[in-house]
Amino acid sequence: MSCNKKALAALIGSIFVVSATQAMAGASAKAMADTCAGCHGTNGQSVGPATPNLAGMSEGYFIESMQGFKALPKGATHAEDARPATIMNRIAKGYSDEQIEAMGAYFASLPVYKAKVPHDPAKAKTGAEIYDKGCAKCHDEGGALPDDDAGILAGQWLPWMEFSMADFKSGHREMPKSMKKQVNKLSDAELAAVLHYFASQQ
Amino acid sequence: MANFTRRKFIQVAGGAAAASSLGFPAIVGAASKKVVIVGGGTAGATAAKYIRMADSSVDVTIVEPNEHYYTCYMSNEVLSGHRTIDSIRVSYDGLKGHGVKVVHDTVVDIDAAGKMVKTAGGQTLAYDRCIVAPGISLKDNIEGYDDAAMEAMPHAWKAGEQTVLLRKQLEAMPDGGVVLIAAPPNPFRCPPGPYERACQIAMYLQAKKPKSKVMIVDAKDKFSKKGLFTQAFDKYFKGTIEWVPGKDTGGGVVRVDAASGTLYTGDGKEHKADVANVIPAQQAGAIAIKAGLTNDSGWCPIDGRSFESTIHKGVHVIGDASISKPLPKSGYAANSEGKVAAAAVVAMLKGEEPGDPALVNTCYSIVGPNDAISVAMVYDLKEGKLSKVEGSGGLTPTDSPPEMRARDVQYAYSWYDNIVHDSFG
Repeated sequence: MSCNKKALAALIGSIFVVSATQAMAGASAKAMADTCAGCHGTNGQSVGPATPNLAGMSEGYFIESMQGFKALPKGATHAEDARPATIMNRIAKGYSDEQIEAMGAYFASLPVYKAKVPHDPAKAKTGAEIYDKGCAKCHDEGGALPDDDAGILAGQWLPWMEFSMADFKSGHREMPKSMKKQVNKLSDAELAAVLHYFASQQ
Repeated sequence: MANFTRRKFIQVAGGAAAASSLGFPAIVGAASKKVVIVGGGTAGATAAKYIRMADSSVDVTIVEPNEHYYTCYMSNEVLSGHRTIDSIRVSYDGLKGHGVKVVHDTVVDIDAAGKMVKTAGGQTLAYDRCIVAPGISLKDNIEGYDDAAMEAMPHAWKAGEQTVLLRKQLEAMPDGGVVLIAAPPNPFRCPPGPYERACQIAMYLQAKKPKSKVMIVDAKDKFSKKGLFTQAFDKYFKGTIEWVPGKDTGGGVVRVDAASGTLYTGDGKEHKADVANVIPAQQAGAIAIKAGLTNDSGWCPIDGRSFESTIHKGVHVIGDASISKPLPKSGYAANSEGKVAAAAVVAMLKGEEPGDPALVNTCYSIVGPNDAISVAMVYDLKEGKLSKVEGSGGLTPTDSPPEMRARDVQYAYSWYDNIVHDSFG
C-alpha cells in the first residue's frame, strides 16, 4: 500500500513541479508562497509555537484548506462547509483558484518538514498504540506521507493540531466519516495522546 | 577586483591558480555583483537573506550601526513585563550564516551617480544596486522635545534603550499615577502600536498599581483597529484607559517642558503626567533624506514593482521609509517588501525585468489577557500601482469568541518567532 502510494506521489509530484514552473500572468508561485513565511516560516518550515508547517504538504490538501478558508465569510470564525479560522479566511480571499493551485504545487514540491516540536514522550507512547489501530490507514508513515492528502502531522506544531481537533470535536470542522468513527471511540486524553504521538514523529 | 583582467589575475595568483585551473574560470566568471544594504532592520535583513537564498553569487553587505537589533514588534510586551528586553534582541549571526557581510558602521552618504556608499568610519563601498532601509526618523513637530526630553519622556518608538527607559519609569511610578501616551499623526510606524501599548501598560498597572491610569492624548480623531481597541478598553480597562481624540485638544501634544514634566496640547492646556511617552510625528530615516530619496512628504517614492526609487535609479527603498501605500508601515510589510526588492534586485542584476510582486500584511495586537486581534491584507500590482486585492483582508470580528481570541495570542507569538527567523535567521 505505502509503496504504491510513494510511486504515485513521485509521479504526481513530477507533474506538479512542471505546472509550478509554468509561466503565468501575475506574481510567481514562489513570490506568493514567500509571503506566507512571516507566519509559517521560511520555505514553509515554521519555528512555531503554533502556526503549522506547510512544506511538503500535498497540493490537494493545500487547495482544500485554502478553499475551505475562502468559503468562510469575513466576520465569522466558523461556518458550514468552511474551514474554521481566526485570520486565514481574510488572507485566502486574496487569491484566485489558479493562484491557490500554484502555491499548492509550490509547497508540495518542497521536502516534508518535521519540526522539533516539544511533546510529552509518555503521551506519545500511549498515542502510538492508538495511532496504529485507528489513524495509520489515512495518516501513513506517522503522518508524514503527503499523498494521503491529510496534511503533514508528523513533527507538526502541537497547539495547531489541538486547535484543529477542538474544531473537529465541536463540529465546526467536518470530519471524514472514517475519522469520525475513530475519534468518537476515543477519550479526550486518548486524543491528546495521539497528537503528542504525531508531534513526536520528527 | 573590478579592474582585474583575467590575465593579470593569473599573474598575481601564479602557480596556485594554475594548479587549480579547472575551478579557475568559474571564479573569474563569477565577478560577483555587489549589493549594499543600508540598515539592518526587518526590511534590510529580509532583503539580504532572500537575495543570498536566490543567488549566492551576489555579494551582499549590510551596513548597520547597531551590534544587535531590537524588534519594535512585541516591544510593548516588554513595557507590561510580559517579556524581557533580551527576548526581542536579535543578532546578525543568522544573516552571516547566509554569507551576508555585516558592517557595523553608519552610512553618511549615498552617491547614486557613482554607485557608492560612504560610512562614518571612512569606508567606501561600491555597489551595483543599493537597498536603503533606514526605518524612521522623528520629526520636530513637538516643541521642546530635544535629547534631554527624550530621556525624560521616552518615545520608545525605536526599540532598545528607549523601551528599557520607559519600562523603568513605569516600574518606578507610584500607584495612582498617570501615564500619558502622546500618539502621533499619520503616517507613522506601526499604526496600532500606541493603542496596543496602552493595553499592555494597563495590564501591568492593573496587576501592580491598580489606582493608576493611562491617558492617550492623540493627534488624530481615529486610528487603526479603533472599534476593536475601543471594545478592549471597555471590556478590560474601563476607568483605566482613556483615549482623547485630537479634536478635543487642538491636535494633541504640541509642546513639552521636560524639566517640569509638563505637556501642552494644541488648545493651550497644560497636562501633568507621572510617566510621559511622547511619540512625535515621523519621516523616513535620516540617511534617506540626506541622500535625496524623499519627496515633500518626507518619505521615499518608489516603483511598486521593484521598490526602486523613482528619484535615484539603482537604489531601492523598502520598509517604513518607503511610500508603499496602501501597505502600512509594519514589520510584516517590511518583511514582504524585502522579498519583493530581493527578487527584483536579483533579476535586474542579470539584466532581466522583475516579475510581478506579491505582498501581504498581518499585524496582531495583544489587547488583553489571552486576547489578541489582527488586521490582514493581500496586495498586488494593478496598472503599475500597489493595490489591495479586492475582497481580501480586514479585521478580527468584534464578536469573535474568546476561544478564537486566545488562539490569536498563540498565533501572534508564532507570528513573532517566524517573522524574526524569516528576516534574520
